[in-house]
Amino acid sequence: MGPLIDNGKPIFLQISEQIENDIIDGAIEEETSVPSTNEFAAFHRINPATAGKGVNRLVENGILYKRRGIGMFVATGARQRLVGARTEQFRASFVGPLLDEAAKLGITPEQVADMITDASITDREASAS
Amino acid sequence: MNLTDTNTAVRVDGLTKKFGSFTAIDDVSFTIERNKIYGLLGRNGAGKTTLMQLLTGQQFATRGTLEVFGASPVENARVLQQICFIKESQKYPDSFRIEHVLASAPWFFANWDADFAQRLAVDFRLPLTRAIKKLSRGQLSAVGVIVGLASRAPLTYFDEPYLGLDAVARQIFYDRLLEDYVEHPRTVVLSTHLIDEVSNLLEHVLVIDDGRILMDQDAEALRGSASNVVGKKTDVDFFVAGRDIISRDGLGGLASVTVAGLSEAERAGARAAGLELSPVSLQQLIVARTTSTSAG
Repeated sequence: MGPLIDNGKPIFLQISEQIENDIIDGAIEEETSVPSTNEFAAFHRINPATAGKGVNRLVENGILYKRRGIGMFVATGARQRLVGARTEQFRASFVGPLLDEAAKLGITPEQVADMITDASITDREASAS
Repeated sequence: MNLTDTNTAVRVDGLTKKFGSFTAIDDVSFTIERNKIYGLLGRNGAGKTTLMQLLTGQQFATRGTLEVFGASPVENARVLQQICFIKESQKYPDSFRIEHVLASAPWFFANWDADFAQRLAVDFRLPLTRAIKKLSRGQLSAVGVIVGLASRAPLTYFDEPYLGLDAVARQIFYDRLLEDYVEHPRTVVLSTHLIDEVSNLLEHVLVIDDGRILMDQDAEALRGSASNVVGKKTDVDFFVAGRDIISRDGLGGLASVTVAGLSEAERAGARAAGLELSPVSLQQLIVARTTSTSAG
């Protein structure tokens, strides 16, 4: 759980995205509990209603579910569904513009693919050394 | 009594307050729902304190209706004992020490939590046996904050409660307010200039300007409701044409314009046109909305 970044995005969205990120990178596992609305509110120093809105958004999407009297839990299959949705988003918000810009510069999709392969090898070597 | 009364703490309709020929509150209507934290924001002299005095029965309205928990607050003990009003400069009897203030509070506030008050006094490092008139400005504010929090009144007004409080003490106030509000939900109205400090605590925002309600909105809806558009003057002018322009600034060939309500597609369009977008904080938005010198 990181700090909120006030980038003009509604806080409740930032709260739900943080929970999503924690589920995706395994910090919160499926069928385990997430912090309560009040804990989120106290940690981030935000109004509990705002924190509740962020949590409820995930309940409505079926990512979290409520166990009466115990708290909020991560649903089975939540991680896979989030990764699927995020992959779609990744395609729309990164790959699309990447190819548009490449086309503008006369770079073919094949050349882009080669560049990506090269870059990831360089990255791996850099982090290995 | 009507059906919505259980959700409504305060209902104001056409409220007007004149002092001689000066209209301090000008035909104002709004409601305050129960168990929410409200921000009452506005410039000096906008009418915040007058409004709170009306809402707490300390001033008589010139016109209009005003209901607090379903009845007029004026000389109404049933209503007034549910209200705690923390003012910027609270007066206490000359001989009082801090401990006397805390000891007499339960006479006025049915929900008073003496243990909580003691814990807060430790948090704020208040010397309980010191005479009130020997306290520093910040310590005096801290006493007010303690009374406001530990009273747990169903309707609590804080009118600029932080005068002289340092940044650490203000953070303690915000943290304790939030913690205690979660445990004991109640209606809180916070009047403040330090909008950025409290903006995340608020659920609803009332902005008053020149005696009128300028904004009455959900705090989350206001967040991100405006954007700053920066770029070449011609590009910016083209993009903002026909939009709700909140404020405008320029430097040479560059323009910086604050506009309301951009959709995600419009944002993408602005970026594609080479314009830079940045978010506008609640404080910036309110400053921009209340800066105009001529009303209307």
